[in-house]
Amino acid sequence: MTDGLAVEDLSVGLPPGADRPLALSQVSLHVRPGEVLCLVGESGSGKSMLASAVLRLLPPGVGVTGGRVLLAGQDLLPLPEADMRRIRGAQIGMVFQDASTALNPLHRVGDQVAEPFRTHTGLSRAAVRARVLDLLDQVGLPDPAGAARAYPHQLSGGQRQRVGIAAALALEPGVLIADEPTTALDVTTQAQVLALLRGLQRRRGTALLFITHDFGVVAEIADRVAVLQRGVVVEQGAAADVLNRPAHPYTRALIAAIPPLAPAPPRPVSADAVLSTAGLTKTYGARRWGGRKAVRALDGVSITLPRGATLGVVGESGSGKSTLARVLLRLLPPDAGTVRLDGADLLRLPARAAAKRIGMVFQDPYASLNPRRRVGELVAQGPMVHGMARGPAMARARELLALVALDPSAADRFPHEFSGGQRQRIALARALALEPAVLVADEPVSALDVSVQAQVLALLAGLRDRLGLSMVFVTHDLRVAGRICDRVAVMHRGRVVEEGTAEAVFLHPQHEYTRALLAAVPGRGWTPPALAPSLVAEPLVS
Amino acid sequence: MRGWAARIGLGLTVLVLLMALSAGWLFPRDPLGLAGRPLQWPGDNARFWLGTDNSGRDIAAQIFHGARVSLLIGASATAIALVIGTGIGALAGYYGGWVDDVLMRVTEAFQTLPNFLLLLVLVAVFGSDIRTVTVAIGLVSWPASARLTRAEFLTLRNRDFVAGCRTLGMGDAAIMLREILPNALPPLIVYASVVMAGAILLESALAFLGLSDPNIASWGNLIGRGRGVLRTQWFVSAIPGAAILLTVLAVSLLGQGVNDALNPRLRRPRA
Repeated sequence: MTDGLAVEDLSVGLPPGADRPLALSQVSLHVRPGEVLCLVGESGSGKSMLASAVLRLLPPGVGVTGGRVLLAGQDLLPLPEADMRRIRGAQIGMVFQDASTALNPLHRVGDQVAEPFRTHTGLSRAAVRARVLDLLDQVGLPDPAGAARAYPHQLSGGQRQRVGIAAALALEPGVLIADEPTTALDVTTQAQVLALLRGLQRRRGTALLFITHDFGVVAEIADRVAVLQRGVVVEQGAAADVLNRPAHPYTRALIAAIPPLAPAPPRPVSADAVLSTAGLTKTYGARRWGGRKAVRALDGVSITLPRGATLGVVGESGSGKSTLARVLLRLLPPDAGTVRLDGADLLRLPARAAAKRIGMVFQDPYASLNPRRRVGELVAQGPMVHGMARGPAMARARELLALVALDPSAADRFPHEFSGGQRQRIALARALALEPAVLVADEPVSALDVSVQAQVLALLAGLRDRLGLSMVFVTHDLRVAGRICDRVAVMHRGRVVEEGTAEAVFLHPQHEYTRALLAAVPGRGWTPPALAPSLVAEPLVS
Repeated sequence: MRGWAARIGLGLTVLVLLMALSAGWLFPRDPLGLAGRPLQWPGDNARFWLGTDNSGRDIAAQIFHGARVSLLIGASATAIALVIGTGIGALAGYYGGWVDDVLMRVTEAFQTLPNFLLLLVLVAVFGSDIRTVTVAIGLVSWPASARLTRAEFLTLRNRDFVAGCRTLGMGDAAIMLREILPNALPPLIVYASVVMAGAILLESALAFLGLSDPNIASWGNLIGRGRGVLRTQWFVSAIPGAAILLTVLAVSLLGQGVNDALNPRLRRPRA
C-alpha cells in the first residue's frame, strides 16, 4: 500500500515514424502526500506525456506499453473508463499551462469552477455557490463574487491561472498535477502563483506533481526532483542534492546552461551612440467609434545604444518592449518621436535604405521563416532585394551559414528540417546578410530550450565581438539579459523606468519596479553550482 | 494521395479525361450529324450502344465529345474565376483599410445577385458563343474565391516571416506574390474543384434552357433536347445527366483528396 501517486516502470509507446519508439521508458516516480515532486525536462522529453498517461488521456496512436500507475495503491491502468472518470477531477486534479485555453471562453468563471461539484457531488446550488466563492477567495482573487460572474477574457493571465487552480482543487483531490502552470505568466505573476500553489499544497497536504522546464522554478518549489531526458528518468533525488550536486551528465549540462542572475563582466563601451530614440510615443486602440480603451504602448521612450554595445530592453508583457522593436524596424509608425541611426533620421529614410541599415531577429523561429523557401534563398533574399545577383548572393548565404555555425549544405534544405535553435541561427544569418548597423533581436531565445538558449547566446556574443555588432536585445528574462547585455533599459507600461549599465541595474536597482522584477525571478536564492561547461553540443545539421 | 474518396475521384476524373481525349478517335464523325433512326433505345442497335436522340444523333458520340466541352468550360471558367478572385482577395487582404472596403463591397454586390441570373443577363447581352459563355461563367464565379484569398492574406500578412521580409526592404508586390501567395494556395487549389464543379453545372443549366452555344455537343444541350421526350424516352436526358453527376462528383472527391494531402495536420500528426 503506497500513499499518493506512484508510477512504476511506466512505458508509453509512440506511433511508428516518431523520433523514438518510446515516449516514456520505464519511468518510476512516487509523489507522497504533502510533497512537491518536480519533473524537469526539455521540450520533447515526454514530461507532458506522463501527465496524460496518469490521467489516461493519451492522444490517439500513443498507448501505455507497460508498467503501473498507482493511486493510493490502486492501479489506474486496468480500470474501466467510467471508474476513471470518477477519479479525474475528484482524486487527481490537473492545472494546465495555458489557462486562457483551458477555460471555456463562453462560460462564466463561477460556472467553470462549479463544474467538478456538479459532476461529482450532489450538492445543492446554494452549497455549490458557497464553495465556489470560498475557493476563489482561497486562490487570492480580490473580489470572489465579481470574479465568479466574469468571463475568462475579463481576467488577466495570472487571474485565469488562479481560476484554473481553484477548479483543480475544488474537490480537494489528494493528487494535483500541474503541467507548466506558470510558463505563460510574467515573472511577477509567476512568483505569486507559485507561492499560492505552494501554500495551498502545504495546507491541504496534497501530493503535487509539478512539470516544468525551468530550474529556477524547481529551486522555488520542489521538495524532490526527477530529471527526464528523452523519456528516461536520468536522475531523481532531493531538490537540494539535484540542484547543487547534480550527478548525471545531462543534469549537469542543463544546470550549467542556466545563466546566473548577475551582470556579465563589463566590456569597454564606446561613447559614440549608433542609435538613439527621443520621445517615441505609440497609442493602440484609439478607434474612431470603438468603445475600446486606448493603450499607451510607448510613452515618451528615449534610449541610447552605444556603438558596438548591446542594450537590453527588459520588461513584462504589455510593457511596450516589442512595440519599441517594431517601431525601430519601421514595421509600425510611431505617433510621435524620432529615431536617429548613425546621424540619419531613420523614420524619414526611404523604406529600402532603412531596411539595409537595421536588421531583425524574431522570437519564434517557427513563424519567422517562410516555410516554402529553402534556407539558402531565405538568407540570400536580403542582398537580392538590394540588387545583388543571385549567384554571389547565394555564395554569400553559404558564408553566412558557416558564420552562424551551420553546415553550408543547409542552404538546400527547408526550414522545417531544422530544430528551433538551428532555425534561430538561420534567422540570424538572414538578418546579418545586409550587414546592418544595428541588429534588433526580439526575445530571440525565449522559444528555445535552456541548453540551446545557451548556445545561441554564446553565438550572438561571439558574433558581436567579431563583427562589432550593435544590438538592441528585447527580453523578459533577466537572466538572459544579464548574460549578454552591456546596458539595460527597464520598461514598464510604455515608459523606460530605469536605464543604466547592466551592473548598475542588477546590483543597485534604483526604481521600485526594477527591484520587484529582480525579486520575482524564480530561483533567485539559488546560485547554480559552478560546473565544468561540458555542454553537449547540438549537432550542426540534423 | 490516400483514402478511398480520393481514389474514386482520381479514377473518375481520369475516365472523363480519357473520354474527352478519345472522342475524336472513337467518334470521328460530327457528333451533331444525323446518324440513324431517332429515339432508338440503348442496346436496340449495336451501332448506337447508348441509343439515339430525338434528332437521330448518336448519344454516345455526344457524351464523348461533350466531355471535352464540359472539361474545357470547367477548366477555363475556373482559371478566369480564380485569377480575378485571387487578385481582388489578395489586394483587399494585404492592404486592408479603404482598399479592402471598396473591393469587398464590389464582391458583395456580385454575391448578392444569384449567379445564374447574372449569367443569363450576360449571355443575353453578349450572345451565346461558347467562348462568351465560358468567360461569363468565370465572371460570375469569382466572389467566393476572393473572400477565401482575402481571409488567407489577412492572417498571413501579420506573420513574422512577412514582417521579416519587410525588414529586409522587400516591396509589396514581391511580398504578396512570392511570399504570401504560395502559402495561401493550398485552400485555393482545393476550392478550385468546387468552382469547376459549379462551372460545369452552370453550363449544363444554361444549355438545358437552350441558351448555351447550340452548335456544340454539350451534355446540357443533350438534356435540353431530351426534355420533350422525358416521359417516354427518358434515357435521352438521363444518360448525359449521369455523366454530369459523375464528373461533378469526380472533381469534388478529387478536391477533397487534395485537401487531405495538403492539410499538414492530417499529413503528419504532431505529438
